[in-house]
Amino acid sequence: MSFWNKIKKNENIYYAVTNTKVQIGVVLFLLILLLSIIGPMITRYSYTEFAGPGYEPPSSDYWFGTTIQGRDVFTQTVFGLRSTILVGFIGGLIASIIGVIIGLIAGYKGGWLDELLMMLTNVVLTFPTLAVLIIVAAYLPYRGIVNMAVLVGLTVWPWTARAVRSQTMSLKNSRFVDLSRISSNHIIRILFEDIAANMFSYIFMVFILQFLGTILATVGLEFIGLGPTRGISLGLIMQQAVNWNALELGMWWWGIIPGLILTIMIVSLYFINTGLDEAFNPKLREF
Amino acid sequence: MGKYFAKKLVIYPATFFVAVTINWAVPRFMPGDPILSMIAQFQGLEGGQQIIQERFIENFGLDQSLIIQYFEFWRSLFRGDLGISLMIYPRPVFDIIKSSIIYDIIIVFPAVSLSWIVGNKAGAYSGFNKKADSFVMPFFYFLASSPYFWFAIVVVYVFGFRFGVFPTSHAYGTGMTPGFTLPFIINFIRHWFLPFFTMFLVGLGGWAIGMRNMIIYEKKANYSEYMKALGAKDKLVRRYAFRNGVLPQVTGLAIQLGTIISGAILVQMVFSYPGLGYRMVQAVQTQDFFLLQGCFLALITMALAANFIVDIVYMIIDPSIRASYEEEG
Repeated sequence: MSFWNKIKKNENIYYAVTNTKVQIGVVLFLLILLLSIIGPMITRYSYTEFAGPGYEPPSSDYWFGTTIQGRDVFTQTVFGLRSTILVGFIGGLIASIIGVIIGLIAGYKGGWLDELLMMLTNVVLTFPTLAVLIIVAAYLPYRGIVNMAVLVGLTVWPWTARAVRSQTMSLKNSRFVDLSRISSNHIIRILFEDIAANMFSYIFMVFILQFLGTILATVGLEFIGLGPTRGISLGLIMQQAVNWNALELGMWWWGIIPGLILTIMIVSLYFINTGLDEAFNPKLREF
Repeated sequence: MGKYFAKKLVIYPATFFVAVTINWAVPRFMPGDPILSMIAQFQGLEGGQQIIQERFIENFGLDQSLIIQYFEFWRSLFRGDLGISLMIYPRPVFDIIKSSIIYDIIIVFPAVSLSWIVGNKAGAYSGFNKKADSFVMPFFYFLASSPYFWFAIVVVYVFGFRFGVFPTSHAYGTGMTPGFTLPFIINFIRHWFLPFFTMFLVGLGGWAIGMRNMIIYEKKANYSEYMKALGAKDKLVRRYAFRNGVLPQVTGLAIQLGTIISGAILVQMVFSYPGLGYRMVQAVQTQDFFLLQGCFLALITMALAANFIVDIVYMIIDPSIRASYEEEG
């Protein structure tokens, strides 16, 4: 009970955990996360193995059906989900870090540095991300999960930078920042302890969006065939389904189920994000 | 106005400059020496490797210093020389791009503008109707969350194969001769519909969600309350809220353009619709690097042009920018 009382004291967290959208989103996301953790453990097959006859629709033996060659779609999906979540996490983290640092500096310093950083941000923002990723990935001889995540993370940060910059600009003239400045605190301390700490909830929301953006970009690359050179991924499963004319042959489970799981995960993240927005933003709260 | 416009005018050439530099640098500085491995691919061909090697050295200007290579790269770009496609040898890349870009325009332009308009209307309606809101919002969230290519797969399955109402690949039937004949136009539109429909629906959700949130914000603004207190009709309050909500949505459009064009690449791939995106993916699969780079540049140029259009729309509808322009003028 004391834990609940602690939560109640912190208004922001209280509103966050009692928001229906956040609750639905968290439950959905945890289910998907659980699937990616437990799925590979409970499956009887490996994702490269010919598990049974091809063309099998979902059944108690093959939960998501089988591919044309008889591979188990469930096994492929849960392993692919693991790699997708991992890429999203690493890439989202990198993008958030770059975006937050650029946003903090641009917003706090202002002047020519701000102009320069914002120009850089706008240039990267104008690029169709996928086109840039295609051209770089196409020339990479070896692609692993980590370097894919870094690559994607390096292209999706501008959105964060803009958001953090505008938040910083509104915070930098508040009294506590002035006080910190008068106390001749180092700029790094002001940026991280006074400004960034005061928009932590905001940065967390930004991370969710970056996680999402990284996942979408990565799965798109995988779908083109530019995903990790080894292993299985959600995009790769769907690419194979399209290449083997799975839809024409009526094998909807091959192409549609892996994407549906992915979409549910994205919806859950959207819900968490919107719910948090409502919780932290009293104007949106009651409707 | 002057300052706003000046900033914007710097962004366009800067973006183009960065794009060209990426295009130039990637094959030269990536680990594993991509150019050499490209040449190595043609090892099996009798005498072919020699020709390819000469062609590559000439095209990339590999026998010159890096700075000269860079300037040469720009010079050939301005002459419209993007190299020659290896996939459709010996068609110039520029030629292929010219014939592909129209397919991008006829899909992306109508899909984006229509989904933006319909999405805004639907979102505004949802924002004012509590009953409708809880009913349609999950649907909009689902649309906005769908990856473009997955949604394309669903559309292909449902409309192409389950109901068999629309063709699912290529821009027109294989037996058709392009021309202004009625059967061809009907055939063309039927092929165009599903890729367009996919782009339209996925885009719709995001705009609706955005507008709905704007309306909820505006509904509580002082001016809305004041108007209501004065006894203004609901319709009038709604109209003002909508007009205030539209501006951020235009900014949102500018921010989303990159994502939309990225989505178009994947949608074209699913539908084998021969736009730039489809060509680009084909180029990746056949390792046709000249075509790949040409498509990249063309897509960036398209994104810039689209941004420019959105900027102009923004200037036309934003009263504060318009007012400052009139003062200056």
